[in-house]
Amino acid sequence: MTELLIREGPPDSSGTAPGSSVALPTPPTRRERLHRVLRFLGHRPGLVVASLVVLLVLVAAFAPGVLAPGDPNIGVVAEKLRPPSAAHLFGTDYLGRDVYTRVVHGASLSLQATVIAVAVALLVGGLLGLLAGFVGRWVDEALMRVVDVLLSIPAILLSLALITALGYGTVKVAIAVGVASVASFARVMRAETMRIRRSTYVEAARSVGTRWYVTLWRHVLPNAAGPVLVLAVLEFGLAILAVSSLSFLGYGAPPPAPEWGSLIAEGRNYLATSWWLCAMPGLTIAATVLSVNRISRALDGEWSGAR
Amino acid sequence: MTGTLPRYLLRRLGTAVAVLWAAYTVSFVVLYLLPGDPVTTMASGGLDGEPLTPEQIEALKARYGFDKPLIVQYGTRLWAALHGDLGASIQNGQEVRSAILEALPPTVQIALGGLLVAVVLGGGLAIAATYTSQRWLRQLLMALPSLAVSLPVFWVGLMLVQIFAFGLRWLPSVGASGFPALVLPSITLGLPMGALLAQVLAKSLTTVLDEPYVQTARAKGAGRAAIHLRHALQNAAIPALTVLGYVAGNLLAGTVVVETVFTRPGLGRLTVQAVGVQDIPLVQGIVLFASLVFVGVNLLVDLIYPVLDPRIAEGVPATS
Repeated sequence: MTELLIREGPPDSSGTAPGSSVALPTPPTRRERLHRVLRFLGHRPGLVVASLVVLLVLVAAFAPGVLAPGDPNIGVVAEKLRPPSAAHLFGTDYLGRDVYTRVVHGASLSLQATVIAVAVALLVGGLLGLLAGFVGRWVDEALMRVVDVLLSIPAILLSLALITALGYGTVKVAIAVGVASVASFARVMRAETMRIRRSTYVEAARSVGTRWYVTLWRHVLPNAAGPVLVLAVLEFGLAILAVSSLSFLGYGAPPPAPEWGSLIAEGRNYLATSWWLCAMPGLTIAATVLSVNRISRALDGEWSGAR
Repeated sequence: MTGTLPRYLLRRLGTAVAVLWAAYTVSFVVLYLLPGDPVTTMASGGLDGEPLTPEQIEALKARYGFDKPLIVQYGTRLWAALHGDLGASIQNGQEVRSAILEALPPTVQIALGGLLVAVVLGGGLAIAATYTSQRWLRQLLMALPSLAVSLPVFWVGLMLVQIFAFGLRWLPSVGASGFPALVLPSITLGLPMGALLAQVLAKSLTTVLDEPYVQTARAKGAGRAAIHLRHALQNAAIPALTVLGYVAGNLLAGTVVVETVFTRPGLGRLTVQAVGVQDIPLVQGIVLFASLVFVGVNLLVDLIYPVLDPRIAEGVPATS
C-alpha cells in the first residue's frame, strides 16, 4: 500500500522548475544552494504550509507550554461545552477543559508513539531487508517468505494480536503498530541492497579486499538508505493514523491523558450537541498527516527532479 | 496453452495454502509465546472478579492444554485447526468457529457495501479525472484521493454521523436495522479504499492512453468515450484489480474501526471485545479467518487475471 501512495505527484511538478535538466559543472556555493532551496519552495506554497504545520506539531510535542500554557487536565466546570471562541480556540469539553490545550499537549504522547512505531519498523525491517539482500540465498528466501506472511495479515489485526499479547498503553500500541509495518520496510531495504550489491563500486571494494562488514557499513548502507528514509517519512503519516485508531479503540494511555485518538473517543458521546469535541482533534490529525505526506512526496521525487 | 492454465492455478493454490499455514504459525508465535500463557494472563486481572487460586489456574491450563510444551500445543492446535476446530473462547467457552460465523452476517453487509462504494467512487473518479480535458478539474479530482487517505477513518465516520444523522436527520446514526443503517458505515469503510483504487487506476489509465494501440483506435475514428471505456479500461484494469484484491482482503480489518464507530454488531466488534479481555483463542481465530479471506480474495484475483490478459497464465510477466 505504501508504495502506491508515494508515486502520484501533481502532473506539473516536474515541469514547473525552469532549467531543471541543466547539469552544473562546478559544485554550487552556499548562496547558490540557498537560492535554489528558496526557488524550489517558492514554486510550492503547499510544501511551505506543510512544513510549517509539521514545525508547529513538533513544537507542541517537545514544548507544549509555548503554544498552550494551561494545564490540559484542569478545567473550569462552569465553562463546560463552550463552542470555539477567542478564549477557547477549539472550545471546551464536558469538564470545561480547553480542547486546544488538550490537543497541543496530546501531540507529545501521540508523536512519541508514532516515533517509536516508525523506529521499530525502520530498525527491524531495515535490518531484515539488509540481511536478506546482502546474504542472499536461503536466508533471503526464508526472510522474504516471513515478510509475505506478515503482509497477508491485515496490519490492524496484527497490531491487535500484539496488543492482546502485550497489553495496553502508549508504548505497547506503538510497538504493535511498528511491528505491523516491518514487512514493507524489509521489502524496500532488500530491493535497494540487492541493487547496490551488484553495482560496480561494491565489486571494486570487494576486489581490493575490503571486509564484508566494512562494505556493508560504508558502501551498501549509505546508498540504500535513501528510499527507506522516504518510506519512513511516509510511514510516519500512516503510523499517526494507526496509533490514533488504536487509541480511539481504547488501547492507548488511560483516560485523563489527552492522546489525539482518545480525545475523539471522548468527544463522541457529545457528538449530537458539541461538534467541536470531535472535529477539532480530527482536523489536527488530518492536517498533520497531510503535511507529512506532502513532505515525503517532495523528498521522494520533486527535489531531485528540480535540481 | 492447455497445460499452462492448470499449472498456474495449482501454483497459486499451493502458495495460498503455504501462506495460511504460515499465518497460523505467526499468530501462534505472537499470541502464545509472548506473555507466558493466556490463562495466567487472564487470571492475573484480565477480567473482573476475585483472582484464581493456583490449583484453579492449573486446572484451567490443563483444560485448555496450556500445561503441555509449546511445540506439542502447536502441533495439536494446528491439527485441530486443519479440521476446522479453532478451539474455544476463554471468556465463555463458546466455539471460536461458531462465534465468528455468528458475528459474520452484519459484517459481510457493510463489507460488500464498502466494496461497492470503493469501486464506484474510485473507478468513477479515476475515469473522470483521466477523461476530462480541463486541467484544473483533473488536478482537483486527483488531489481528492490523497486527501481521503490522510483522514482518520473513525473521524470520517463520526463526522458523517454528525452531518447526516444529527444535522440533516437523513439517516440513522447507530444500529444495524435495515438498509438506511448500512449507508454511512459503507461510505466510511469504502472511502479510503476507493481513494487507493482511484490513484492506481488513474495512473494506469494515463499510461495506457499513451500506448500505440490507443492512437491506432483514434486514427481509425473511434469516439473518445469508446476508446476510454472499451479499449483503455480493460488493460488499465489489471493493476487496479491487484489493488482491489488487496483492498477486499483488508475489508475485515476496516470493520474493526467502523463497527465501533457506528455501534454495529459484527466481526469487528467481536475483535475489539476479544482483545479487550485478552481472549487469545478467539483473537487467533479472527486473525486466521481474516488471512483466509485475504488469501481467498487474492486467489480469486489471480484467477481473473488470465481472463483479462491471457499472457499471464503462460508465464509472461504482466505489464503494469
